[in-house]
Amino acid sequence: MPEALLAVRNLEAFYGDFQALFGVSIEVARAEAVAVIGANGAGKSTLLKSIAGLLRARRDAIAFAGEPIGGMPAYAVAARGIALVPEGRGLFPSLSVEENLLIGGQLGRLGAWTLRRVYELFPVLGQRRKLPSTALSGGQQQMAALGRALMANPQLLLCDEISLGLAPIVVREIYARLPGVRAEGTAIVLVEQDVVQALAAASRVYCLQEGRVALSGAAKDLTREAIAAAYFGV
Amino acid sequence: MEWINVILQGVLVGGLYAMFAAGLSLIFGVMRLVNIAHGDLIVLAAYVALVATQTFGIGPLTALIIVVPVMAIIGYALQWFVLNRTLGEDLLPPLLVTFGLSVIIQNGLLTAFTADNVKLQAGGIEVATIRLAEGLYVGVLPLLQFAVAVAVIAGLQFIFYRTAIGRAFRATADDPAVAQLMGLDNRRVFALAMAASLAVVAIAGVFLAVRANFDPSQGPARLIFGFEAVIIGGLGSLWGTLAGGLILGVAQAVGAHLDPGWQILAGHVAFLIVLAARPQGLFAKVHT
Amino acid sequence: MTVRVAFGRRGNRLGVALGAIAFAALAAAPWWGGRDDLQLLSEIYAYVALASLWNLLAGYAGLVSVGQQAYVGLGAYSLFALAILFGISPLWSIPLAGLIAAALSIPVALLVFRLRGHYFAIGTWIVAEVFRLTASQISALGGGSGTSLPAAVVIAIAPTRALRDFTMYWIALLLAAAVLALIVLLLRSRYGLALKAMRDAELAAACSGVDVYRTKFLVYVLTALATAMLGALIFLQKLRISPDAAFSVNDWTAFVIFITVIGGIGRIEGPIIGTLVFFALRQTLADLGTIYLMMLGLVAIVIMLMAPKGIWGMVAARFGWQLFPLERTVLFEEAKQR
Repeated sequence: MPEALLAVRNLEAFYGDFQALFGVSIEVARAEAVAVIGANGAGKSTLLKSIAGLLRARRDAIAFAGEPIGGMPAYAVAARGIALVPEGRGLFPSLSVEENLLIGGQLGRLGAWTLRRVYELFPVLGQRRKLPSTALSGGQQQMAALGRALMANPQLLLCDEISLGLAPIVVREIYARLPGVRAEGTAIVLVEQDVVQALAAASRVYCLQEGRVALSGAAKDLTREAIAAAYFGV
Repeated sequence: MEWINVILQGVLVGGLYAMFAAGLSLIFGVMRLVNIAHGDLIVLAAYVALVATQTFGIGPLTALIIVVPVMAIIGYALQWFVLNRTLGEDLLPPLLVTFGLSVIIQNGLLTAFTADNVKLQAGGIEVATIRLAEGLYVGVLPLLQFAVAVAVIAGLQFIFYRTAIGRAFRATADDPAVAQLMGLDNRRVFALAMAASLAVVAIAGVFLAVRANFDPSQGPARLIFGFEAVIIGGLGSLWGTLAGGLILGVAQAVGAHLDPGWQILAGHVAFLIVLAARPQGLFAKVHT
Repeated sequence: MTVRVAFGRRGNRLGVALGAIAFAALAAAPWWGGRDDLQLLSEIYAYVALASLWNLLAGYAGLVSVGQQAYVGLGAYSLFALAILFGISPLWSIPLAGLIAAALSIPVALLVFRLRGHYFAIGTWIVAEVFRLTASQISALGGGSGTSLPAAVVIAIAPTRALRDFTMYWIALLLAAAVLALIVLLLRSRYGLALKAMRDAELAAACSGVDVYRTKFLVYVLTALATAMLGALIFLQKLRISPDAAFSVNDWTAFVIFITVIGGIGRIEGPIIGTLVFFALRQTLADLGTIYLMMLGLVAIVIMLMAPKGIWGMVAARFGWQLFPLERTVLFEEAKQR
């Protein structure tokens, strides 16, 4: 395998005294889509937050494009080309839809994603661009959050449970856009509770269980039984 | 006619109060911090202007070129090295640190300049008046001051709602963690906001210095006027802050007209009435 | 099996014993101390009490007030008004002044409780300013320049000067001790548990059934009452009153806050330690005038940034000490065998 874009090695994570991750290791190659699945509380969001710099990590536990970024503050990680679509979308209520997208492009990194292209990807956002972000429906907010992350022209896109709380048809609509994202050369990590969608979108899968990697492999190679066993820990 | 004059004077001084308030409103909006030393910083700016005019032999309005950058730099440094460390869930640290700062500034100025009253001379413009109507005169300086106040508020409004840095201010105020995900360093954003706030303070300080005598102990009163203007106008709205300043100015003018000893008390009473009747302020922006 | 709540830890017995000895020694001060000593001690007691009350308000009830001088002045002016204008005995005027302040604090609380956090703080300051400006309008009590206690009223305290000194000294000691005792009792009561919960996590406390508003209101009114009584006594001792002195932000708020911050907020022992440190600093440095005040401000800032729990906070955390028996332990006891 060519050198990984993102290499996480033996990552540990703590919330105060509570340990959430016990030596997790994953790899993501350029333009690859990787899914991280697992039950609630397995540590999936914690993993993404650690990569994004919202949680402290040991310096050499996370390497991006060969550079150790563990423990860097979130704004420094973002500057290096990692964009997180946070759990719950995290749109800014004081900003309009368009302003949310614009602030995603705050860093000014040039690339395929411009305001126009994001509106092409999600036309409904273009129609509602001047509205406050709070006026959007759940699905539209998710699109906006995704668009905002894309505006940073990241090399790595981290998606934290983008299907959460959305109707299946909306989830399908959003996932249908992901190949377009990968086509621009962006790698994606999909943290999901919706196993079916995640497996369909990703080439490789990691399954977390209580803070550890219980299973990993190519999506097409894993059987349902193996996944269920890893997911539930039976 | 007499009452129109009173109200007019109140409106004009209200512009100055709005300027006191604008800086307070800005940093509360961005980082939920109330700077108790705010008034003392206005007085500090006045003294900086004093030093500038004496050292370079320039007029007070020209001195703005020096005072504004100086105060902005002080603001940036203050936020970066001291106040950023106090931000968090607990409201005691920033309150107590800015309180300590207030004491330090007041006594520092006292040591450096003594308690004597001083005033900046602006020359002929101080006594020039414009005749609006029969028996209705308005001073050029107060009018200029009012115009500058409106311009400052309009300028802040523009920065907040039409520039990238304004977006950064609003986003960081909404959600500091997610703002970081956009590549925004909270510490820098807050420091810039404080710098902007003190730039406004600088303008307010210079106008204060020209308008009347000042001395090191006047800080707390300016803080209170600014604060009252913000509360009367309503949190979260810069134009509301302007309105609040005007209302406060008029209340004080009316009070002073009835009895000179009631001037400040009248302002406090107006504040308390708004607090009792409409605590969110008259023009508060309703936030989700 | 039965369950009961016990207070205190082992070290507390030592603390209580020390306290009793100290109290006895201080009560005997008129015999071993001169006039200046008594006055200094009275000042110390007043500040210990004022700081403890501010600590209760800010450290426990989360009400950070920068306007307690309102009640110091209100208490003082009430006493002067009662004694001079209504001929009431000055000593009885002390508790009466407290009651007047408590009554007035109710509408004030209704107003200022509409503000939160920092805005509440400044709101209390404005209320104090309103009191001050109103007081300077009362010509019967000297208006802006204030007034002195007439000789007749002074005599009414006690016939001789020595007796007056002793009486007021003992009242000061008793009042301070009473304030501390009241605070300890309050914290040991049901309200105390509510306060501690509120201090740590207000929302969670509210969800657990604590009536946050009512608890805060109660604490605010009680604090106003006690603060006013202290203010009345302080100015009775000074024999003179003026709006600027009675409602001084510096004397009754700035110093009090510094004491509490330096000693440690949210712990009862803090204000005591803080007062001792404050007076030690004052005796040695006060000649420096404004520089002294600047240093106080600097010390407060440094402590807030480096050691936000103050001196006692650091000590208590390190060694687990606690002078006052306040910590609750739930004891499970086996039912006695029949």
